[in-house]
Amino acid sequence: MIRHSPLTILGIGVVSSLAILAIFAPYVIPYPEDAYLSIHPERKLMPVSFEHPFGTDDMGRDLFSRSIFGTRISLQVGAIVILVAAIVGVGLGGVSGYFGGIIDEAIMRITDAFLSIPSLVLALAVAATLGPGLNNAMAAIAVTWWPWYARLVRAQVIQIKQELYVEAARAMGGGKLYIIFKHIMPNSLAPIIVNASMDVGYAILTAAALGFLGLGAQPPAPEWGLMISTGRKYMPTRWWYTTFPGLMIFLSVLGFNLLGDGLRDLLDPRIRRKGRAKR
Amino acid sequence: MSPLLKYIVKRFLLLVLVVLIVVTITFVLSHIIPGDPARLYAGPHARFEQIQKARAELGLDKPLWEQYTTYWIRLLSGDLGMSIHTRRPVTQDLMDYFPATVELTTVAMAFTVILGILLGVVSALHKDRAPDHASRLYALTGVAMPVFWLGILAQLFIGHSLGILPISGRVDTMVELFYPTKRITGLFLIDSLITGNIPAFISALSHILLPALTLSFATLAIVSRMMRALMLEVLDQDYIRTAKSLGLPSRLVVYKYALRNAMIPVITVIGLSFGYSLGGAFLVETVFDWPGLGRYTTDSIVTLDYPAILGVVVLTSIVYVLVNLVVDILYAYLNPKIRY
Repeated sequence: MIRHSPLTILGIGVVSSLAILAIFAPYVIPYPEDAYLSIHPERKLMPVSFEHPFGTDDMGRDLFSRSIFGTRISLQVGAIVILVAAIVGVGLGGVSGYFGGIIDEAIMRITDAFLSIPSLVLALAVAATLGPGLNNAMAAIAVTWWPWYARLVRAQVIQIKQELYVEAARAMGGGKLYIIFKHIMPNSLAPIIVNASMDVGYAILTAAALGFLGLGAQPPAPEWGLMISTGRKYMPTRWWYTTFPGLMIFLSVLGFNLLGDGLRDLLDPRIRRKGRAKR
Repeated sequence: MSPLLKYIVKRFLLLVLVVLIVVTITFVLSHIIPGDPARLYAGPHARFEQIQKARAELGLDKPLWEQYTTYWIRLLSGDLGMSIHTRRPVTQDLMDYFPATVELTTVAMAFTVILGILLGVVSALHKDRAPDHASRLYALTGVAMPVFWLGILAQLFIGHSLGILPISGRVDTMVELFYPTKRITGLFLIDSLITGNIPAFISALSHILLPALTLSFATLAIVSRMMRALMLEVLDQDYIRTAKSLGLPSRLVVYKYALRNAMIPVITVIGLSFGYSLGGAFLVETVFDWPGLGRYTTDSIVTLDYPAILGVVVLTSIVYVLVNLVVDILYAYLNPKIRY
């Protein structure tokens, strides 16, 4: 299945290399001391060279080392944000879909309200309220993301609740908890996983956007959005300063996107068949 | 009541509920601020009494529920409070900054829809050939590019290296000096056009191209993919085959029968894309020094100006909900198959 899709392989390749880089960053980067605060006035804003493949920044730090180290920050942000959003969303969406009635109505209207604020604007407002910083930015992004999962899970649960096998389980005297954990949860997991794997990329993108606006990671953290924001002051002559961190963001979003696409084809045979027929 | 009218009323009631919750969310948010807005309002060297006075002036000494009801009463009369950093009514600030954002997002949406549909049709007609592969590649990369990075790259390549388009501001300062634009709607493109101010129009147009193209880059990719899929689906329908077998020219079949039917569902993406563009505009405005809501917000954030931030959130969400309402009604109107 995977072998037939070169793009999925590319996605898996990109994501796994980013993960490996994130884990081993301190050991693989050529200038580990440049990851955070270090100043080398003698090699300030140097262009791309063999010693510094991505050039150096305004403090003389090696941008290659910093860009690679940034993987650590961004992957963590992406994973934690989506995990939190998915847990909250699954909980609320599940309750909403399973019990229905007034609980469903209340939860869904709150969800609607959250979804009716453009997500970046809401993230901005929450991050501004909590104050600049990476943890606050993560909280802000999670706040804007859970409603999507709540909606998704609710739709899934409502659909599965009516399936024959659930009715059969109920007829045989299965308890509520048994039905939820044994039947409904496992069967609604696939679309959540697909969405989550794609969303990690978009969460990284949003975190970088907040970093760019000064609301995310703070200096001297090697966060990509923050690096682009600082590098912008040295445009257009020092083009490498903004270009390479941006390329890292681009690569990670692309990687998770392809991975999500591939997983969808793999995990959801119904979509696959439909997609095939159409193509 | 006709079903369409019933649908509109129902959607409108929902809108009111949503605005109610949005305002509550933002109000709660603004009251968990760690910094002290009264201290900021009074200035860095204020004495204790001055801070107390500022607190009373901003109404921050009242109990929370009282602040909440006052906020609502004021909101309904169009009063969003005083901005801490500009020291002007927030409503007035928003009226000054909002048109620039509206102009930018509208032009970007126009690019999204027109170019997106065009690209989608082209790739559907050349399915699995070079143009289709190229547009697939573009769609894949388009959504993965950080919009602020893309803007910087556009400034670098198109603005600096080629020197074709201006890279910051809404209008050339010299043009503004010699051919000032009369503010009527606040949208420079329209204002300069209706007053017959051609130099200002050209300047405004050349300034908006780069930021608007940057802003539409990702949404355009999404629309083009959707349009391609819809077009292929429609081209597969019986009535198209009938039209073809009757010997109608293929150009007529594609543009008259297929395109019109394929375009209807695209309307629904426009609503969603609008929200994305509104958020993206905040980043694009920062990059291109565009004097809109985004810049106003970044300034407000630095000064912990919560009436201003609150105002921006309330305004953008109301606009977003309204646009989606219009889009949904339009869709229901255009597509007789939909059930309300």
